[in-house]
Amino acid sequence: MNGLLFAAVATNPLWYALPLIVVVSLVYAATRHEDAVSILTHALRIGVWIVGFMLSVFAVLSLISWLV
Amino acid sequence: MSRGRLGMAHGHAEGNHELTLVFAGSKALTANTTPLAPPSREHGVVLKDPALAALLAWLVPGLGHLYQGRIAKGILFFVCLVSTFAYGCYLGGSSELGWGRVVYVAWRDDDRRLAYLCQVGIGLPALPAIVQASLAKKGKPPRWNGFMAPPRPEAFGQVGEDFAQALSNQPTLDELHFQLRSYFDLGTAYTMIAGLLNILAVYDAWGGPVLPESARKEDDEGEPEEKKQTTRKQQP
Repeated sequence: MNGLLFAAVATNPLWYALPLIVVVSLVYAATRHEDAVSILTHALRIGVWIVGFMLSVFAVLSLISWLV
Repeated sequence: MSRGRLGMAHGHAEGNHELTLVFAGSKALTANTTPLAPPSREHGVVLKDPALAALLAWLVPGLGHLYQGRIAKGILFFVCLVSTFAYGCYLGGSSELGWGRVVYVAWRDDDRRLAYLCQVGIGLPALPAIVQASLAKKGKPPRWNGFMAPPRPEAFGQVGEDFAQALSNQPTLDELHFQLRSYFDLGTAYTMIAGLLNILAVYDAWGGPVLPESARKEDDEGEPEEKKQTTRKQQP
């Protein structure tokens, strides 16, 4: 059972979003600031925001799927 | 235009005597004192020639920043964008089908590849697709094992005979989707995002960093504060 769960998590296509989130956050933050600390701080903030947004969409979709 | 004026204004501000002479008098003095416009500055960043920097940044991600001496940002843009684009090409291809199958130029009834408009934002790495499409248009078969070559049309009636003949060895779009499954879409998304992000990097090379409102306020407030401190020190 644990093996199946691990396989399901490991092969989830959502993992492909992770590098994109990192790259989008870094590049977007780098176009806003010039110094490394500001870039990294802003990138972290954007990354957290994107993940939060994705989680909220996931929650809404889960709710709809549970209701229907 | 306004950027050029800004550069001139900085130049004048650096030399007060020249400024007085230029505004006081003759055209000859104006010509003598401003032979070379200094590189434009935005928020303390020397942009050199912004148009050339933007062109270089489009051609190779990060190259425009390296030209401006912004080494760290240049490396950051190059690593992030080129690796994203390359990974997208890897996902959207295979050793049998050829790599980079998700980046191609096609404009026909069965396949209008609008994604390429986003992908071409990465510049040079996406340009082999144009070479492959122009080769096929001339009736020549694609090179480099089909790297970024357009897929074979589904029906021969949609394109010219030479074009169809040139692509006769290539897989169709349906075959690409069937063999690559969701990786075709993933590869397309990766390469599109890389191209779109490079447009942001090009803008950064052209106009400098777009500071958020809060940082800009701090920037504006910082200067008078320093002046205040220096005046306070001078007072007995």
